[in-house]
Amino acid sequence: MDTLILGLPVAYYIAMVAKVLVAFVFVLLTVAYATYAERKIIGHMQVRLGPMRTGWHGLLQPIADGVKLFFKEEIVPSQASKFAFLIAPLVALIPAFISFAVIPFGDTVTIGGYTVPLQIAAYYDQAGKQVFDVNVGVLYILAMASLGVYGIVLAGWASNSKYSLLGGLRSAAQMISYELAAGLAIISVFMLSESLSLHKIVADQAGGAWYAFKQPLAFVIFFICSLAEINRTPFDLPEAETELVSGFCTEYSSMKYAMFFMAEYANMITVCAVTTTLFLGGWHGPAFLPGWFWFIAKVYFLIFLCMWIRATYPRYRYDQLMRLGWKVFLPLTLVNVMATGLWVMFISK
Amino acid sequence: MESIFFLVVAAVAVISSILVVTCKNPINSALSLVMTFFCLATFYVMLDAPFMAATQVIVYAGAIMVLIIFVIMLLNVRVETVKRGTHAVVAGSAIGLFVLFQTVWFLMKGSMTGKVGDMTKEQIVSVGHVELIGKALFTDFLLPFEVTSVLLLAAIVGAVILAKKKI
Repeated sequence: MDTLILGLPVAYYIAMVAKVLVAFVFVLLTVAYATYAERKIIGHMQVRLGPMRTGWHGLLQPIADGVKLFFKEEIVPSQASKFAFLIAPLVALIPAFISFAVIPFGDTVTIGGYTVPLQIAAYYDQAGKQVFDVNVGVLYILAMASLGVYGIVLAGWASNSKYSLLGGLRSAAQMISYELAAGLAIISVFMLSESLSLHKIVADQAGGAWYAFKQPLAFVIFFICSLAEINRTPFDLPEAETELVSGFCTEYSSMKYAMFFMAEYANMITVCAVTTTLFLGGWHGPAFLPGWFWFIAKVYFLIFLCMWIRATYPRYRYDQLMRLGWKVFLPLTLVNVMATGLWVMFISK
Repeated sequence: MESIFFLVVAAVAVISSILVVTCKNPINSALSLVMTFFCLATFYVMLDAPFMAATQVIVYAGAIMVLIIFVIMLLNVRVETVKRGTHAVVAGSAIGLFVLFQTVWFLMKGSMTGKVGDMTKEQIVSVGHVELIGKALFTDFLLPFEVTSVLLLAAIVGAVILAKKKI
């Protein structure tokens, strides 16, 4: 374990690859089973059974769906703009996954005398006994979130169909509007933590001092704005099936359609993980279970909340959506930032 | 290792910036520009300036380019029909070469080579890039910072007035 490659021990590279693989496979599995959970949960909330046929209580349904989508015929509209049409699903999917690089999903683990932090873009200084991670973790997540809009806009434009274009336009306007309020809600968190590093933000919330209690308004607004940014009900106007057929992905079929679907669920998981990290204490929890367990439990609870909301609320109208974003959330978050600033300046010091 | 990575990113940056001007379809040009911004952000990361990289992606790739693509979509320009004149190509290449020559000249002969500023790599790692930028913005560069914010406010008010004839 003492051999150095480019100035770093071999164990560092092994740990890095292992972390990436485990996190990626876990997120992919969660994406697959989130589709199943969504159908089951909404089914039971509407007094139906949901999928029951494939495997015990339909447990193999996601695999059957995946295989089916994989073997479907691929259709590219003749009037579509080929290049943009092909890369749009990728552009939607990749930002959703790479946000996980900076999210801390557990405490450090020591394997064979080598300590590894459970966060992909981080390393543990073996001599200094300290974790270093990306200095601008929060901004990285905001940057990736702001890229998600490209996939949808491109898909809407490249398909060359009315429904797709309307879906894409709606989505672009919606995501730009809600990004502002979500970003401002986060600002009040890092005014308290005095750092943009997610490791530091989680460390600050140890012992139950969650930012959800200190910043309840920011917490609620951030979660609602995130729902709008990832196009979940009640803000699923870009793919409103009752008026736009299926919105931006109307013309997509086969695996490309599946990729949009995966991007949607991956985005939901990312948003829940970010909310957990920023507001719900990250991986901190009672010590009798490991940190990653608490992290996953909190994320799954938030995912359940998303599905619960979907089963409960009807869709917003477009003008209501814009009014809510610009005239309610934006001023509220600005007031919140100002109040936090005053509090930090005069009371906590 | 680092120089190989630099060369790869630089190659992508050059190719995508050439594509920005050669693509027939305006949307593809815009996408190439986004790619160029990404390569710039990667360069910032390699220069130990993560904050600049994140802002580059958020502001340019995430906001400005989305607006540009939005406008292209709404105008519904399909394929570029204007024929490019050869004069423009010759003049553009001449200016480009001149600027390149000037840059290389200044880098090789000028007094900028090998200069070290106040912000060293060790300082960035120990204090933090964001902290350093914040301190500089709110102490040494307070006036320019505030003037910029007033300018942006004026632009917002102007946009509202232009968009809404009746207030």
